[in-house]
Parts: sequence; structure tokens; C-alpha cells
Amino acid sequence: MTHGAEPVLDVRDLKTVFRTRGGEIHAVNSVSFQLRPGELLGVVGESGSGKSVTMMSLIGLLPSPPAERRGGTVMFGGRDLMKASDRELRRVRGREIGFIFQDPMTSLNPVFTVGFQIMEPLRKHMGMTLAQARSRAAELLDLVGIPDARRRLKDFPHQFSGGMRQRVMIAMALACDPKVLIADEPTTALDVTIQAQILELVKELRQKLGMAIVWITHDLGVIAGIADRVMVMYGGQVVEHAPVRELFANPRHPYTRALLSTVPSVRGERAPKLTVIEGQPPLLSRPPTACPFRARCRHAHGRCERENPARRPVGAAGHDVACHWDPPEAAPAEAAHG
Amino acid sequence: MLNYTIRRLAMAVPTVLIISLLIFLLLDLAPGDPTAQLPLTIPPEVREDIRMALGLGDPVLIRYVKWLQLMVINEPLHALANLTGWNVAPDTQRILSWQTRSPVGDIIAQRIPQTLWVVGLGYLFGVLIALPIGIISAYKQYSWFDQIGTFISMVGFSVPVFFTGVVMILVFSVWLGWFPSMYDTTLRVTNWETFVRQVRQMVMPVAVLALFNAAQISRFMRASMLDNLNQDYVRTARAKGMKEQVVVLVHVLRNSMIPVVTVIALGIPAVFSGAIITETIFRVNGLGALLINAIYANDIPMVQTLTFIFAVLIVLFNLIADVLYGILDPRIRYD
Repeated sequence: MTHGAEPVLDVRDLKTVFRTRGGEIHAVNSVSFQLRPGELLGVVGESGSGKSVTMMSLIGLLPSPPAERRGGTVMFGGRDLMKASDRELRRVRGREIGFIFQDPMTSLNPVFTVGFQIMEPLRKHMGMTLAQARSRAAELLDLVGIPDARRRLKDFPHQFSGGMRQRVMIAMALACDPKVLIADEPTTALDVTIQAQILELVKELRQKLGMAIVWITHDLGVIAGIADRVMVMYGGQVVEHAPVRELFANPRHPYTRALLSTVPSVRGERAPKLTVIEGQPPLLSRPPTACPFRARCRHAHGRCERENPARRPVGAAGHDVACHWDPPEAAPAEAAHG
Repeated sequence: MLNYTIRRLAMAVPTVLIISLLIFLLLDLAPGDPTAQLPLTIPPEVREDIRMALGLGDPVLIRYVKWLQLMVINEPLHALANLTGWNVAPDTQRILSWQTRSPVGDIIAQRIPQTLWVVGLGYLFGVLIALPIGIISAYKQYSWFDQIGTFISMVGFSVPVFFTGVVMILVFSVWLGWFPSMYDTTLRVTNWETFVRQVRQMVMPVAVLALFNAAQISRFMRASMLDNLNQDYVRTARAKGMKEQVVVLVHVLRNSMIPVVTVIALGIPAVFSGAIITETIFRVNGLGALLINAIYANDIPMVQTLTFIFAVLIVLFNLIADVLYGILDPRIRYD
């Protein structure tokens, strides 16, 4: 991690719990990561691994109660967001960190025009007049590839298709030229051809605007296509973190290996059976004292039961893994091919 | 939208006609005799003559058409003439009350102000109280405010008006003597002193109705807000850095009002039908009391007329609710 440039976002030891009637759920357990200007960080993991919650938590988007941030620092633009007031956080959210969410069908307010919704942050954070905001909103729609932008500002969300709505969401997130864009499974709810279009759009916008992006997904194919670095999460922890090529070439954590082996192959003969990771993700009702993956891990041994592995650097630069097990050197990835 | 409204108005005409026929036929089937209230000394032949003079000898459909003509043309013209002083009233027969022998239209016109003041204010206050309570209860779900608000609204909703009304009379009129238990319709507001008296006599019936209406509407408002507070678009609004007030009072409220406005609009015809029980308990002689007395006295023209007016109002406010729905929710477009 000696890449010179000062990180735009530096998260250390972030802990978040949900207080529910059935006790506490430890959803984010000491997550640390850095985001450098202009890079695209992929965050991978299955449902419930804490990917979205981590990102929502660091910007104060989780409803509290039940969510409660238990510690850590989130350095952004020279200040700690964990200590920021609500007012400061709101300003950061709209102006400096943009969000795109999973389901574009429900993420836009159905009773306001698209123009109104894009203009809202412009007027609030940039202090634009109505006319300025309107022309900026039209520019933004144009930027995300919506034809006839000026006229479409008057349309309501239900008059757009799913892919077009996701473009609107992106326009909204980019409205105030944020330094960081957090995309929470933005293509999951879209069909494959639209997914590809949205991916292309984000790649293009990133080149044009140069913001850093956090891309949350459970689709390794998407990650391989766009990410610079990848962070694999499991049980509310970062279990492996590496540059994208390194991760796919040399996965170290048994969970990462298992994830890679579950990607169905398009080539070759039909696989007799989909490869799955047996078992369920852990219930996070206590702070972790053991490796969260041990119950599903084929390499688990006594130490995994006693001690939660810390992240340690391995192999190539910028690769670290939280696991007690060392794969035999140059072992081929356990990708199942049928 | 305009197109849709006009089409719906046109559709309302046959609806109202069918309702009027049903009302007329049903009441015609009901036992009752216009001469029943007359002295017993009148011989049967004379009674028969009176019936014939009232037109009861004609076949039922002829009587219906005649009544309908009076109901939808003559009476509205008379009402218009009374309101504006224009000389548009036709010089023909009017629908007469069997009880008082005076035109039902005039009696109804006398009764409307009491009902609007007492029941209308009760509804208005109910709505004004209910909306903020519903919004705050939902936003602070399970807080003290919500628990108390929900409890009171459950009580207000489930305890009938005739009970709360009588309890209020007992407490505030009999024990404390703060407010009169009877509504004095003859009171004319001419100066400060009569104004205070008018307010004092309105307090209890308005309060009883406001409690009941507020209970009902605040539950709708709360449920509708709760439905919307967890929607994805609320998170989007927060992610844009909007203030909580803007998130709740602009983004969520606008969506939550859609079903609530419909409920409020559909409740307005009930204001005219006059919360019959409340009017009876507090002796407010509004439309509700008029209807009840007409039913007791077998005054079929009066009952027909009032029922028909209520039916028209219900059809009208259904239409208004639908149009409002379309205005509030852009996903609903009727044309």
C-alpha cells in the first residue's frame, strides 16, 4: 500500500452493531480500507456479508436506532466522519459522496419529476437558482446518456425503463461532482444487456470525471471487468484484499477460492451441478472471537476455533488476507470446472 | 385529466338516476300513509281524497318521473332562487313534507347551517388534529408520543359517539356546568356575548366528533407514513443530503397523503348526513335530526329527498376523490 497518493477515504476499525429485540447483531467488525483518488475498489461477498452496511454506516445512512456505530475512524477530506455532526454528514452525503442503490425501480420517489429529484441536491448544496439547476440537471441527464434530456426532466420515474432509471440515479449521485461514488449493487436488479451498458457508462464517467468509486457486488464477473482492487468480505469482516489481477490469479482465502469456484462456466460442456459453498453465513450475534468462515472451511483447524485471524500481508504488494491457513505455494486455484 | 373528469361526470348521471329509482321504489314499498298523522275523526272517503290529491293514485313509474322532475329541476331552481335572489324559480308545485306541508327544500335549507357548523367543524378539527399526530406517531414509532397517540386513537375509534357524548354531558354540563347540554338553534350571533354563548354550545358536539374523526384519520395517516418511511426512495433522499424535515415532510408525506386524501374526501358526505347520533344527543337540529324525525313521522317525501341528496353527495365526493388521486399520484393517469 505504498502508492504515494493520499487516500480520499481512509476507514479504520469501523464497527457497527444493530440492536434488535433478539440482542445485538455485529454487522461490521473492524473493517479497514483505503480508497485512493480515481481508483475503483470492488467489494465482494455473499448476501449478509456486511458489504452494504459498511458503506452505509461510514456515511451515517443507517437508521439509528437500531444501528449503532461502535468505533473506528472514517477520515474523509481531513476530518473524521465518525465525529461529524448530522449537518456536516448531510453536506458530505449530497456533495462529496454520491450513492447509487441496487433497485432503480424503487429508489426514485414516484410522485416527483426526475428533474425535481436531480435538482434537489444542486439547489441545496450548490446554492443554484432554479434556472441554473435545471440546465445543470439537463446536462447531467445528457451525460448519463438519456436522449432528449431537457424534455425528460419533466417526466416521472415510472415513465423510464429500469436501465434508464439507474442512469437517472447515477446522474443524481453525480450532481454535485462528488469525490467518491458508492455504488451498491447498481446492476443487480437489471438484466444482463442493461448491466453491460451501465458498466460501460460508469467506466466512461470515471475517465471523464475522475472520481473514486466503491463498487459493491456479489458478481465476480463484474469485478473482474472494472475494479482496480478488490476487497472480499465475510461475516462483517474483510477476509482478503488484493489488486484485481492478483486476486483472480492467486486467491489465498478459502472463502475467496470457494467464491471463484462457484462462478458457473459458460464455456465447455454443461456442468452436472452448480458448485455451491455448503452451509450458511454465520449469525453475528456476538463479537467475533473465531474465524467466521471456520464452519464452512475445508482447511479449518484448531486455531481457527480459538482465534479470529488478523489481516496479514502475503505474496504480491497490496495483497493481504485474514486466514491462519497457508495454501501450498503456487497451488492452482480450486476452481471447479465440472 | 379534464377528459377523464368529464367522462366520470357523465357516468355519474346514470348512477344517480339508478340510485334515485331505488330510493323511490324502496320507500314506496315501505308501509306508511300520509294521512296517518291527521285526526282520527276524518272519515275514510276524505282520507282517500287526500291520497288522490297527493297523486298517490297514479302508477308508481309515473309518480317516480314526476318526483324526479321536481327533485332534479324544480327544487334546485328554487334553491338557486333563494340563494341568489334571481327570479328563476318555476311557478309549479314543490315537494311538500307530509309532516309540515311546507316545501322540503326550504326546511333542508334551514337545517344545513347547523349541520355544517357543528359537524363540519368537528370534521375539520378532526382532520387538522389527525394529520400531525399521524405523521409524528409514524416518524417516532414506538415512542411515548406514538404509544399515547395510538392508545387515544384506539379509544376514540372504538368507543361509540353516543357514549363519549353522554359522558361529556355528564362531566362538563351536569358536574362542572361549563357548557350547555343542549344546542340552542334560535341563538343569533349579534354581539360578543352571544358569540361566546354560540362557541360554548358548540364545544362539546364539535369535540366529540373531532375525537372520533381524528382517531380514524390519524390511524390511516400513521399507517400510510409507516408504509412509506421504509421505502428505498427515502434512503435516496437521505443519501442526497436532504434534511430530515425535507425527507419526511416532502418526500414521504407527499406519497403518504395519496390514500389519506381519498379517505378524507370520502368522509365529507358523512358530514352532511350529519352525524345523526351526535346531533340527536346534543339536540342540534341539523340534517341528521331532520332525517330521523322524518323517518319517525313517516314523512316519505322528506326521507326521499334527504336520502337522494346524500346519495348525490357520495357520488360527487367519490368523483372528487378519484380526481385528487390522479393529481397526487402521477402514476395514475386516466386518459
